[in-house]
Amino acid sequence: MNIQEYFELLWTDYTLRTITLGTAVLGAICGMLGSFAVLRKESLLGDAISHAALPGIALAFLITGAKDSGVLLLGALVSGLVGTFWIRGITSKTHLKSDTALGLILSIFFGFGMLLLTFIQKQPNANQAGLDKYLFGQAATLVESDVQLMIIVTGISLFVMLLFWKEFKILLFDADYTKTLGFNTKFIDVLITFLIVLAIVLGLQTVGVVLMSAILLAPAAAARQWTNSLGTMVLLAAFFGAFSGVFGTAISASQKNLSTGPVIVLVAGVFVLFSFVFSPKRGLLFREIRFRKNRTDLKLMKTLQFMYGIAQEHENISHPHAIRILNNFQGFTKGSLKKLENEGWIALEGQQWAMTPEGFKQAQEMYNQKAGNE
Amino acid sequence: MSNPQIEIQIIAAIVAMACAIPGVFLVLRKMALISDAISHAILPGIVIGFFVTQDLNSPLLILLAALTGVITVFLVEFIQKTGLVKEDTAIGLVFPVLFSIGVILISKNANDVHLDVDAVLLGELAFAPFDRLMVSGADWGPKSLWIMGGILLITISLMVLFFKELKVSTFDAGLSSALGISPVVMHYGLMSVSSITVVGAFDAVGAILVVALMIAPAATAYLLTEDLKKMIGLSLLFGVVSAISGYWVAHFLDASISGSIATTLGVIFLFVYLFAPKKGLIAVLYRQKQQRIEVSLITFLLHLNRHEEESERHINHLQEHINWHVVRARTVLDLAEKNNLVEIKNDIVFLTHKGLTFTEKSLEYIISNKDEKIEPMKEDFFLFRG
Repeated sequence: MNIQEYFELLWTDYTLRTITLGTAVLGAICGMLGSFAVLRKESLLGDAISHAALPGIALAFLITGAKDSGVLLLGALVSGLVGTFWIRGITSKTHLKSDTALGLILSIFFGFGMLLLTFIQKQPNANQAGLDKYLFGQAATLVESDVQLMIIVTGISLFVMLLFWKEFKILLFDADYTKTLGFNTKFIDVLITFLIVLAIVLGLQTVGVVLMSAILLAPAAAARQWTNSLGTMVLLAAFFGAFSGVFGTAISASQKNLSTGPVIVLVAGVFVLFSFVFSPKRGLLFREIRFRKNRTDLKLMKTLQFMYGIAQEHENISHPHAIRILNNFQGFTKGSLKKLENEGWIALEGQQWAMTPEGFKQAQEMYNQKAGNE
Repeated sequence: MSNPQIEIQIIAAIVAMACAIPGVFLVLRKMALISDAISHAILPGIVIGFFVTQDLNSPLLILLAALTGVITVFLVEFIQKTGLVKEDTAIGLVFPVLFSIGVILISKNANDVHLDVDAVLLGELAFAPFDRLMVSGADWGPKSLWIMGGILLITISLMVLFFKELKVSTFDAGLSSALGISPVVMHYGLMSVSSITVVGAFDAVGAILVVALMIAPAATAYLLTEDLKKMIGLSLLFGVVSAISGYWVAHFLDASISGSIATTLGVIFLFVYLFAPKKGLIAVLYRQKQQRIEVSLITFLLHLNRHEEESERHINHLQEHINWHVVRARTVLDLAEKNNLVEIKNDIVFLTHKGLTFTEKSLEYIISNKDEKIEPMKEDFFLFRG
């Protein structure tokens, strides 16, 4: 099955439709909430949370024996929250820094989760094969009830986000001010964190604990490059996320033994790369172009200045001079002289140049402008 | 204990030690997450290196993969410098992408590569003793023992040689460049050593648990001491203890060795986090409570000092005047009395001579913005602390 076939089958095949809808919704919620994680400078918290969710999944299975993803995800949610608040506890009550706390909780919880997973694998009740999918994600295992759960949770998060939009926004950009206005910052803070944990847990089945954080970050980081408005950024990130989800799933489904997680991450990575390079305001390409343009403009003005200095010493400003005398000024080329002529600032004739009254005025005004600026 | 069992424990202990040393410096430099990034990002390096060398234990593969690690650090710093995203986002973007490339390479070439995704996450410590180093027909022990032993030896000798430089550049980058020790060289030196260690340990314990071995011992030790040498010593100790006890836990549960090593590290950290004498959670909470009461006490003494009229100092009215809960008022009053700072006559509270001296001195410090001097003064005046 190639990708084209996949999208053609989408309209007829029920399973494919379920999976596609699931990954689209997942990408959207992750992009949406990921925007907050990125702007709060908590990008790597997502990484820690997703790893910390693993023991919860394994424990939920050990205790209930159920393979129902709802129960397992509840376990993941609890253990993700425990991890998050332990990280908070470490950074606020000890002198260990947040990077240490994140790395520590991430690796220890994950290690504990792997211990439990390998322990479960050796158990006689061998219906545990499904747990592996939580490592790298298997979108193909999504069933209708999973997608329903995703849609409900996304709906609730969207509702809460719109309800608390003003509070979220103000806390994001000026926490101290929020506090002085009398908002309960602790509550808003915990609410955002809870929503982020929820989004991560929701994605574990599709993307897996190892790479979940990238789905949270990448759409948001890409969206950030295109806009300075929070609302637009959240919308764009949701769109990027949904697109990476759908496209990544399509690619991984059209190839043999390819986990969904890594493919979605790569698709999202392409979005990020594209945004880094081609975004009109912040992108590297246009930044370089602007930089070069400024440099040529500056050179042109410098040449004009030099000419102005020479022309000033003569009564007739349009008195022609040899181009040769510009030689000890290293900043002109044939091209730049041509450009000056096109602007109507100088007149070229053979090996000689002469300043026009417009050019003289322009150079004079540049000086005035400079004086005005100082 | 059988022979392979002993060998596994020795390898685990050596891996733990080799990871603990760079880990200490990463934690102190607030770069703990770089180890996470490196450990994920070397995966494509290892896979490509395997295509080239066809041997997972080849030194060339280790160098190739370690190079990927250093490139990752470069890449993260490059993205950071563009200013498009913050540092943590840069880390969070780079390593998942590289790791994904590695995972896809493995799953697409599953038949050619003697690596599977489980091994990437967990390592294959249990199989380490079966890959022997044979020199002219003689058995020299497991290959990974030699490799990790070599890495440990290099790490230790580099640390001993450059201890002073490492110390200066870690704690004061400005001073170190003024002294002619380039922080950039130290930075990339440390990154290279970390990368090599991660690659070496990757085979044994997998991508994510390397992070546990690097950060957890250092973080635990940091809660117990602020002396660099002691911290390194303690990290080595914690690493070795959890490596060996982790092995036995795994043995009894019949589960992954590396997973149980990480779990043991977690248990040790939790214990120290709760009970460390000065920096532990309980000690911190106790100290915060003590300080809260003592601040109330000083407020109370200042109040007494300020008000001559008896109505303000009547024991039953304190609560209303300073707006405290009954329990808190009782505690503060008791503490003041026990320390002979106040005396109570006919239910009216008076400052004693000692109390007056203490209050006036505190007031002076508070007015002149030298609040921090009150703390040592408490040592002189207080018989009992809050």
